[in-house]
Amino acid sequence: MGVQTGNTLLQIAFLLYVSSLAGYLVFLVRQKDRIQKISFYLIAMGVGIHLAGMLTLGVTIKGLPVQNLVQSLSMAALALGAMFLYVQYKFNLKMLGLFAALILSITMLSALVLPDTQAPPNDAFKGVWFYCHILLIFAGDAALGLACGAGILYLLQEKGIKARNPGFFFKRLPSLDFLDDVSHACITTGFFLLTLGLVTGFVYAKVLWGHFWSWDFKEVFSLGAWFVYAVLLHLRLYAGWRGRKSAIMTIVGFAIIVFTFLGVNLFLGGHHQEFTK
Amino acid sequence: MPNIILIGINHKTAPVALREKLSFSIEETLAALETLKQHPGIKEILIFSTCNRTEILYVASRSGTVDTLITFLSGSKQISPSEFVPALYILRKEEAIHHLFRVAASLDSMMVGEPQILGQIKLAYRTAVKAGTSKVLLNRMMHKSFSVAKKVRKETGIGDNAVSISYAAIELANKIFSDLSTKTVMLLGAGEMAELAVEHLISHNVGQIRVSNRTFENAVALAERFNGRALGFEERVDALTEVDIIISSTGATDYVITADQVKKAMKKRKYRTLFFIDIAVPRDIDPKINQLSNVYVYDIDDLKTVVASNIQQREQETVKAERFVSEAVIKFRQWLDSLAIVPTIKALNEKMTGIVEMECDKTLSHLSHLAEPDKDAIRRMTQAIATRAIHDPIMFLKHTGGHRDDSLYLNVARQLFNLDMLENQ
Repeated sequence: MGVQTGNTLLQIAFLLYVSSLAGYLVFLVRQKDRIQKISFYLIAMGVGIHLAGMLTLGVTIKGLPVQNLVQSLSMAALALGAMFLYVQYKFNLKMLGLFAALILSITMLSALVLPDTQAPPNDAFKGVWFYCHILLIFAGDAALGLACGAGILYLLQEKGIKARNPGFFFKRLPSLDFLDDVSHACITTGFFLLTLGLVTGFVYAKVLWGHFWSWDFKEVFSLGAWFVYAVLLHLRLYAGWRGRKSAIMTIVGFAIIVFTFLGVNLFLGGHHQEFTK
Repeated sequence: MPNIILIGINHKTAPVALREKLSFSIEETLAALETLKQHPGIKEILIFSTCNRTEILYVASRSGTVDTLITFLSGSKQISPSEFVPALYILRKEEAIHHLFRVAASLDSMMVGEPQILGQIKLAYRTAVKAGTSKVLLNRMMHKSFSVAKKVRKETGIGDNAVSISYAAIELANKIFSDLSTKTVMLLGAGEMAELAVEHLISHNVGQIRVSNRTFENAVALAERFNGRALGFEERVDALTEVDIIISSTGATDYVITADQVKKAMKKRKYRTLFFIDIAVPRDIDPKINQLSNVYVYDIDDLKTVVASNIQQREQETVKAERFVSEAVIKFRQWLDSLAIVPTIKALNEKMTGIVEMECDKTLSHLSHLAEPDKDAIRRMTQAIATRAIHDPIMFLKHTGGHRDDSLYLNVARQLFNLDMLENQ
């Protein structure tokens, strides 16, 4: 029963995300602030209902609903949606909604289409360290995803200005400085959360298996992504890697994260595989 | 139709030297209005003066007022009529209304679509209200002009695009930097072009200003004017590490900033963005600099391209805006016509007759026992009551006193009996 209710709520959330995406596409062309506001409220409503759905699922299975690929995707979408609401509230970067709505729609579509195989209950997926690890990693990834979104917007705006032919996006996007600032703020937040997520993961591994590090593929790639962002932040501070270079790095970094999230488990195996079957 | 007249000069009819001489500050406007309202031929009057125009809009109650105003201008501005009368345009009635609406909607501006004009007109209107020289007609006319302007701004893309070189440069700067007030601008060359650019930038709240020029004296003079700092011409390269926007307009035949210099400077400034605006011909800034990351170089042709594409878009929007203005003029004209005595009395009669007939029909339909002659008698009686009731107001309206402001009373009458329903829709 609880699973059914939860899934219905997720489907409603998906519909809201898709409507919001449609709204943002209209906004892209027509540039009416009212359309942007409506689209934003659609996402906000979607996130609220999505959260209710995930809570229902969580209560039903008495644990975090990240037991299989479908649930993990749904959780990733929820994290991105919630993080987007915060970033939008803080920076009001109107066009970022288009990116968020697109990613949310795609992620939720795959979560609804893929077979939802019930995983057998596993006591390993319990405990405060596990919860912290999962939530921090998802939140961090969401922030880094939005950094990538802002990075893409930066590159679109920069391309026109550099080519001395300010085109379609010139009026629709804010200044380069602002886009860079948003991207940077997202990276800093995401990196901080990711670091905490990795640390709690190590602690959890120590508690569960007795050792911090076990050369699991996902561990290796996660640390790889962490290094990309660490280097990026360092270079920004000391070698002035801002603007275009930084924007490209956010896209590379996020690609590694997406691969770590999906690819590693699908192709390479390891003890994280459980979550993404 | 009341005798609405607009006389004025603008950037199309007069050079800046003449416009300067005829411009009015707020205090001067107030004083002028106080003087002019004493004149028996002027019922309502308003003066608006910006850097591009000086216009006087008024309602005349007799002929010969144009000459009065020309004499007044000549006297108060110490300028002989022969100097400015050829540049003067005199528009009457519908033409005057049309002109005012176009000006408010920024269709008559030097830079069509620029947003400041509406604020300037509102200020002129407030000044006239303060001096007590704006009454029924001008009040209504000015408010109509504001609403047309708002409609044009809201429903056409006329204000969206920058259509002058320096405006385009500022728009670009705003899309590169998020906050111009924290940025420093360096002027290379202290010529007239540079001055113009800086004036624009200052009005957009740019941070600090540096001026570098081959002749140091000129740099100092210009820097002083804009509260900036003068730099020696040799210092320009070192300054690249601390300034953000460079506007170059020197007469040099060779590049005054080379790619190598910028490359080194970028490293020192940790690749914080640099924006070069090169308005010199031949160019001052090596175009190769644009290839460096986080550096943007726009020369005069690039800016012209930006402006040209904006102008093209804007022209399509202008057609739409002109239509809004014409519509508003027609509606305003209809209102003006209705302000005449005969239509007002007619409207009042029609309204009363309508009410009486409606109420009679309603009552008589319940009184089926009455014979037809009785019903007719009742109808006649109610009609007579209505006619009597409005007899005095109509007599009052018909009595056109010599110095009474008819438009004021007609307007009150129309509002009192709510006769303007059609026009207000």
